[in-house]
Amino acid sequence: MKYLEEFQNPELARGLLDDIRATVTRPWALMEVCGGQTHTIIRHAIDQLLPEEVELIHGPGCPVCVTPLEIIDKALEIASRPGVIFCSFGDMLRVPGTGRDLFRVRGEGGDVRVVYSPLDALRIARENPDREVVFFGIGFETTAPPNAMTVYQARKQGIRNFSMLVSHVRVPPAIEAIMTSPECRVQGFLAAGHVCSVMGTGEYPALAARHRVPIVVTGFEPLDILEGIRRTVGQLERGEHTVDNAYPRAVQPQGNPAARAMLEDVFEVTDRAWRGIGTIPLSGWRLSPRYRDHDAEYRFDVVDIATLEPAECRSGEVLQGLLKPNECEAFGNICTPRTPLGATMVSSEGACAAYYLYRRLGNPATPLEANPVG
Amino acid sequence: MCLAVPGRVIEINERDGTRMAVVDFGGVVKDVCLEYLPDLAVGEYAIVHVGFALQRLDEESARKTLDLFAELGLLQEEFGDPWESAAHSATAEEAER
Repeated sequence: MKYLEEFQNPELARGLLDDIRATVTRPWALMEVCGGQTHTIIRHAIDQLLPEEVELIHGPGCPVCVTPLEIIDKALEIASRPGVIFCSFGDMLRVPGTGRDLFRVRGEGGDVRVVYSPLDALRIARENPDREVVFFGIGFETTAPPNAMTVYQARKQGIRNFSMLVSHVRVPPAIEAIMTSPECRVQGFLAAGHVCSVMGTGEYPALAARHRVPIVVTGFEPLDILEGIRRTVGQLERGEHTVDNAYPRAVQPQGNPAARAMLEDVFEVTDRAWRGIGTIPLSGWRLSPRYRDHDAEYRFDVVDIATLEPAECRSGEVLQGLLKPNECEAFGNICTPRTPLGATMVSSEGACAAYYLYRRLGNPATPLEANPVG
Repeated sequence: MCLAVPGRVIEINERDGTRMAVVDFGGVVKDVCLEYLPDLAVGEYAIVHVGFALQRLDEESARKTLDLFAELGLLQEEFGDPWESAAHSATAEEAER
């Protein structure tokens, strides 16, 4: 009973699973929208522990995976320029652009540095006034406030050699796009907990009502995810479709008001291309005109970028929940974390990488009935 | 990158006009910006993402999460050297073949 033992409290996990099993009467398809949740689900084989009626579809919730190829190529172009120090989160190093990645650029002499926080990049700019320091600002609503604060501080402190390449994405427009897609099978959502720690839950009731779909704010630990699933299945079985918060220890209805105010100041909503999916209206943030002096896209004038995705890569279908990673012909042979065709094989939050790490060798979880805990 | 880790504030200071803290994540200590939770006090816990405290957390749930993350090796993933871990995963993959 390897998988259940890995839960912090196997008894509690078992209780939640029993409750889900007792409630479910027919098939339901649920989507988790956060890559961290996908990682937990696959790592702990939650999808295999659930009754077969409950299917989990992995949504486009990995920020590294959905960052558009054009932006990756712009990053590679900027990072290759002499005099530039290009700072990024570590997850972006191996994301394939057209023909190369940041690792390769570094090998070719580019000054690419990995930072833990965007404020580290600002410090590097302060310490290197004769260099252009660029930070790769990607991520969902959780990462946007740290990046916004960093640009705000750069302007306030007059650090002119600092700029940011911004490609932020927002969850609610993605849910809207998924629900209006003709191929949509999703009947309930596990909303990303930490996105809601920042944004609160105010954007979701209209979505839940319009699409008659339950949306349950859910955390990232195995028990959190089971609780989110339990509440979503409960609503579906009762014919309800409301917003519920299964992660109240970290999510308040209003989110973090100071962070939301900073987002309003520094960014403006824009249409955004999602890698493998296409453009989703109003689904992104870019720097507002007030901060254009710190916008790397303007500073480095990176236009006319010709992009090319590998034909074998089906990550777009994976990101839309139309294909499970191990159903792709390239999975595990020509496409591995070491030689990734698409971004979903790079980040530990990408569905392909999670399947590769935990599911490749085909070790299904033992059914609960056969191996009771304790 | 998307991980948000609970940490305990052990010191608060002002740097470059910014409210900062030294935060302990189960033994790993990092500088964290408190601008989004300015009333967070020494001894309190918060959820921290890429060097920013984003939401207050009670001590019990913070400790539980930290224990789980330590057990799963997630703290090393979040705070370790990414160049090193990339090299390590490449080597591990070679060894499997």
